[in-house]
Amino acid sequence: MNNRVGIIGIGCTGFKPVTPDVSYRELIFEAAKKAYDEAGLHPKEIDSFISATEDFMEGYSIADEYVPDQLGAVLKSVHTVAADFLQALGVGYMMIKTGQFKTIAIEAHSKASNIETLDDVKTFGLDPVYIRPLKESADFIAGLEMRRFLERTGNTEEQCAEVVVKNRKNAMNNPYAGHGADLTVDDVMNSHPISTPLKHLDKAQSSDGAVVCVIAAEDVAKSLSKNPIWIDGIMWYSDNANVWSRCMSEATYIKLAAKKAYEMAKIANPLKDTQFAEVCDEYSYKELQHLEALGIARRGEAGYLTQNGFTALKGDYPVNPSGGSLGTGHSFEASGGMKVFNSVLQLRGQAGKIQIKNANRCIVQIYRGVPTATGAVAVLSNE
Amino acid sequence: MGLRKVAIVGAGITKFVRRAQETGPELAYQAAKMALDSCELKLKDIDMVTLGTAPDAFDGVHMKGEYLLGGAGGNKKPYIRNYVGGGTGVFAPIHGWMHVASGLCDLCMVVCEEKMSSTHPHPQGAFLTIFDHTTEQPIKPTLIWIFALEMRRYMERYGLKPEDVARVAVKNKKNALDHPSAQIPAELTVEDVVNSEVLADPVHRLDISPASDGAAAIILASEHVAKRITDKPVWIEGVGWNLDTAYWATKDLYYPRYVEKAARMAYDMAGIKEPHKEIQVAEPYDPFDYKELHHMEGLLLCERGEAARLTAEGYTARDGNLPICPSGGALGVGNPIAATGLMKVIEIFLQLRGEAGKRQVPGKPRVGLAQAWGDLMQVGTVIVLKR
Repeated sequence: MNNRVGIIGIGCTGFKPVTPDVSYRELIFEAAKKAYDEAGLHPKEIDSFISATEDFMEGYSIADEYVPDQLGAVLKSVHTVAADFLQALGVGYMMIKTGQFKTIAIEAHSKASNIETLDDVKTFGLDPVYIRPLKESADFIAGLEMRRFLERTGNTEEQCAEVVVKNRKNAMNNPYAGHGADLTVDDVMNSHPISTPLKHLDKAQSSDGAVVCVIAAEDVAKSLSKNPIWIDGIMWYSDNANVWSRCMSEATYIKLAAKKAYEMAKIANPLKDTQFAEVCDEYSYKELQHLEALGIARRGEAGYLTQNGFTALKGDYPVNPSGGSLGTGHSFEASGGMKVFNSVLQLRGQAGKIQIKNANRCIVQIYRGVPTATGAVAVLSNE
Repeated sequence: MGLRKVAIVGAGITKFVRRAQETGPELAYQAAKMALDSCELKLKDIDMVTLGTAPDAFDGVHMKGEYLLGGAGGNKKPYIRNYVGGGTGVFAPIHGWMHVASGLCDLCMVVCEEKMSSTHPHPQGAFLTIFDHTTEQPIKPTLIWIFALEMRRYMERYGLKPEDVARVAVKNKKNALDHPSAQIPAELTVEDVVNSEVLADPVHRLDISPASDGAAAIILASEHVAKRITDKPVWIEGVGWNLDTAYWATKDLYYPRYVEKAARMAYDMAGIKEPHKEIQVAEPYDPFDYKELHHMEGLLLCERGEAARLTAEGYTARDGNLPICPSGGALGVGNPIAATGLMKVIEIFLQLRGEAGKRQVPGKPRVGLAQAWGDLMQVGTVIVLKR
């Protein structure tokens, strides 16, 4: 078998609430340089490049214009997807599988601190005819969804707060995370409401940072890298985007994506076949909802498992050992990059204080944020 | 290991209009439905969907891909939006090709939508923020302004007169008279074009394609599935794309080197050694009349500086040796950016199948090419199709 796709280099700037000293282009340059050095490749030797970005987050129309220069990709085959990094990784995976490409670099970044009106930008994601005239912050959808999810599954607000406590604590030991904190469940429960039952501390605060990753076909990966990390399965799915007609109690898009990704990776039982997971926790309840959709927890049990330390760093099945988006900071399209980066460190045994013992396979999952119902799942392994 | 072959098996295009009553998702739905109907498939047969659409600023919707999802048939499917500015329309089918060629799926739908009319007061406003925020935006350039620079440089390099360039507009707008989706087909003279009002010298109003609303869609299938669906599949033989620096002011604008690189990538894959002989019909991107000439040269379909002369001699007419933009192109059919590129791919698809009706070029062509271009005079996307 010689048709796997491996990650042979990954670079990350780390994630911080603000980065006034560098531009977004400098962030990308730093991440790209680290990734190329690790892969042992000059960008001239890379076949194709993919960036993941959204115009309104950049403040440019046609933001993909400003991709090639700082990536070293001028006059190369470069394209952009308006999607999360993990979906871009999936596109890179597809491209290598065509047999036409051997090496591909994937980039995503966030410079959220540049955006003066981040909430307004998110509001522009709402349907202009039916939803935007309500003049509500996009977070109201998360509030509605959280209420529905808790009501239908029996998980509780306190259990959601446990997710926040766990993830922000994990982040304290992750040098790449910008929102580590030692909180209590009461701190979260007493933080001010955004859209009841969603509270201020239930929501990930934004971060700046960039991730660049180089992937290669199996033969090239083996010749260039001592410790390639393999993409065993990867898939993305979108559910109905209409807020008024989609299922809010469960993450259908992840159920569908996980089914395919597990099929590709030949995973029968994710709890037995993988050792940890990095899942999307842009809002605390999302981690629980996604754990249930991924089949890591049974319906209604994710909160209970979290409360009992099952998903803690030292638990039976660590979830978001990096600190997730709550602890690292929400980095929008780069969220998947942050999760893949931290997973690669874990699988290589380079995660330092947050290292999980005997980790050789993991699940990475993302969600594109409100108002979308789009997500992706990948299975990574080191053997 | 040989590449998995990928075929286009169905296609649909809405009418291109200045201001559609339909919303963006509705336009996408119409095109997708037409494409599915054309090859007697249902949405449930489609495994994956990829969407192409240019700037979000036209619709004023953040994450426009997610907004168009329902109309484009992405519900409960792997769905992703790709973009390379104006090059998106030809890149989207390339993206679809990846889906099928990788072996991840057998049937992929490619939808391209653009609704420019939502922008007030004019869609050009969406382009004010395409420029570098520090070095360019303070001098308030517009899109037409920079293309005027490029057009002037191109004309000066080869000693062309406005009339030499205007012939392209005359040809394409006339070709569009036979296109059922066409927005501004017309029977014009070279004088009409050169006497239309100046927007930014040397660009005249009739040198430019209009702002448009519209959508297009195609269905891609793997080899064994394609043969079950149709006895006239059109194969994607070569794909190429290339992105130049964002700093357009640092390069000589007379020649689109990025288009050449994209073309060479596609030709290599398709095994084409002499494109000017082997390509029998082509749809280069023509948002401005000079761009058709510019792109013919970048695509190596003629010698540098020769495109205007060939146009004057009728070489690029529908019944010429190498028909260029037999559809009527962006200049005649209209220019809903991403949908235009896909319209061009569909034109080649129809020409190779011999189904282009009144637009059919003679000689039963076997090999054709479509190309789009965009960003800051920066990206070329090329697809080579064979019967």
